[in-house]
Amino acid sequence: MTDVIDRPVNLDSDDQGPVNPDHGHDHGHDHHGPSGLVKWMTSTDHKVIGISYTVTSLTMMIIGGAFAEIIRAQLVSPTSTLVSFAQYNELFTMHGSVMIYLFVGPFAFAGLANYLVPLQIGAPDMAFPRLNLLSYWLYLCGSLVMLSGFLTSGGAANFGWVGYAPLSNVTASPGSGADLWIVALMLTGFSAIFSGVNLVATIFYLRAPGMTLFRMPIFTWNMLITGILILLAFPILTGGLVMLYCDRHFGTHIFTVSGGGVPLLWQHIFWFWGHPEVYILALPMFGMVTEVFAVFSKKPIFGYRGMVFATISIGALSLGVWAHHMFTTGAVLLPFFSAMSLLIAVPTGIKMFNWIGTMWGGKVTYSTSMLMAMGFLFTFLVGGITGIYLASPPIDFFTHDTYFVVAHFHSVVMALVLGAMSAIFLWFPKMSGIMLNERLGKFQFWFLFIGTQVFTFPMYLVGLKGMPRRMAVYPNNPSWQSLNQWASVGALLIGISMVFFIVNALYSFKKRVPAGDNPWDAQTLEWYTSSPPPAHNFVSLPPIHSERPTWDYNHPDHLSLGHGNKEKAKAGS
Amino acid sequence: MKKESILFLFLGVFWGLMGVVYWFWSRDVTGAVMLAGSVFLGLIPGLYLYYWYRRSGYHLRAEDRPDASIEEGAGVIDAFPDNSIWPMIFAIGCMFGVLALVFGTWLAIPAIAFGLSAMIGFTAESRRGGTT
Repeated sequence: MTDVIDRPVNLDSDDQGPVNPDHGHDHGHDHHGPSGLVKWMTSTDHKVIGISYTVTSLTMMIIGGAFAEIIRAQLVSPTSTLVSFAQYNELFTMHGSVMIYLFVGPFAFAGLANYLVPLQIGAPDMAFPRLNLLSYWLYLCGSLVMLSGFLTSGGAANFGWVGYAPLSNVTASPGSGADLWIVALMLTGFSAIFSGVNLVATIFYLRAPGMTLFRMPIFTWNMLITGILILLAFPILTGGLVMLYCDRHFGTHIFTVSGGGVPLLWQHIFWFWGHPEVYILALPMFGMVTEVFAVFSKKPIFGYRGMVFATISIGALSLGVWAHHMFTTGAVLLPFFSAMSLLIAVPTGIKMFNWIGTMWGGKVTYSTSMLMAMGFLFTFLVGGITGIYLASPPIDFFTHDTYFVVAHFHSVVMALVLGAMSAIFLWFPKMSGIMLNERLGKFQFWFLFIGTQVFTFPMYLVGLKGMPRRMAVYPNNPSWQSLNQWASVGALLIGISMVFFIVNALYSFKKRVPAGDNPWDAQTLEWYTSSPPPAHNFVSLPPIHSERPTWDYNHPDHLSLGHGNKEKAKAGS
Repeated sequence: MKKESILFLFLGVFWGLMGVVYWFWSRDVTGAVMLAGSVFLGLIPGLYLYYWYRRSGYHLRAEDRPDASIEEGAGVIDAFPDNSIWPMIFAIGCMFGVLALVFGTWLAIPAIAFGLSAMIGFTAESRRGGTT
């Protein structure tokens, strides 16, 4: 069956506001759909799929986080025997794989994006709802396939989340755990590609009248660029994985020297996906915190167009930086990749500047969401600055494959986790109709924020002392122990913060403080409809004259200026 | 559609320029080929969108005009599918398909069973529902 959806238009001039979902429209047949397990399995509603993605990816975060805690426990002592070397290899491989492939990515470009993009542009659903559902199920099946590696006799994949050749060939990594890793990434790769298609098509074809490209919320803009990067990067990874599989089983020699292949080719292919992937993970979180800063500063986004062009520049430049992961191979063009990597700091710096500009002079509310976003800002700055160090080949030669690099990207991804939490605290009321507890949220924030710094800073220092990554023991360097213990304390604090998060979610669902449609007095279109929104999202739409339609509707005496609205505001005043 | 097409065309051209610089500076085939492929990813959708923009007589849709009112978009947006079990069945088929690559070809039997039934289900579902 299909539903033919009309544009929600207010024919009566004094509209009743956004709340009443049955107002004048025949949505009855949608309200009696399946519930529970069947809804999860069959619903093509982008809101259900978005929540499924969010919950599944957060579950993956907890699994990957548990691996991390075991890794940190192992490193507390230089000669720890908590896990064997083989288990340690599996743990760091699966920690990285679960976090990058199964948590941050799907959370960023499929979880919240699925939920929010149609709402933010005034669309009834994603452009291809069944493809969207297929995308979710491919992701879930892929996740299960990857994790099932632990159940095989040889254990899970153990060659690092980057799967470098020749370590990933059949001689060095026999067993089905490695194969399961490869085929799981094929499934999740297709899932990501379908999400990318859906995002781009939805944003291009389902916007509400008046919602021009330059009036879309920054989050939606970032998702558009993310979608394009997904379309670009993921097919290359999937292609590389097919080649790797053929090398392992069909006797090809694409990455093996013995048959005339080139192991370095894998690194080129992997990082040609891998570096845009960094931005595929980061851009959605950039978009989320942009919204958070604007909402809790009670201001329009500072430098809206600058923000958009910075996002496009990041997307454009992200394709020219892949080999900065390969400086020490001695086989890449150092000046090109160094220059491009330094250049990409410019648009990122513009974003930093604009976030501070958004808060500047605003009426700042220090809610949990805002604190998380500020924590993001600081942590991302640390990760970004050390990234600029690493873009310089002489420093990279010195620190490559040490804990300095590990600390750098953990600063970045922990910043993304803070950004993700900030987004959850902002949009949870919209998704569920109830508020999260602020007090528990603030406990979570301080544990998460302090834990992140206690976790990363010792790793920078121990990296500069020369500790290589992926080492289960360090018996010859007992002086590294205290720094490693500090990092483990940080990891423990981060773990405790997640306990606060789970308790908060359970407590809030029990307590059920109703949120109302727009608890934060926010600005973008998703806050105009009810919480949670009705089937096909909108019963009516406000006029869209700026990038803040809901604000304009609620505050007619403080209309947004700019972006095609200046004349109207003048005429109105 | 104009700005959408310009966005893709810009990205394609930018990657093309970057690829040319990269190729003449590094002579690295791998990177140059991947960048060349990326150029197509920019140009093909960009030109497609521009083609439709031109075919519509350079018409700006209501969502492209800053002065459009919501009422201008009145009418049918599109037909959206209702609940469907087939995406899940298809994904399970795909899962068995890749497991067949790991554990043995016999797993291709459930893969084909799930995959085929999902394809038939998808098709029949669309026919029964009828899209307008």
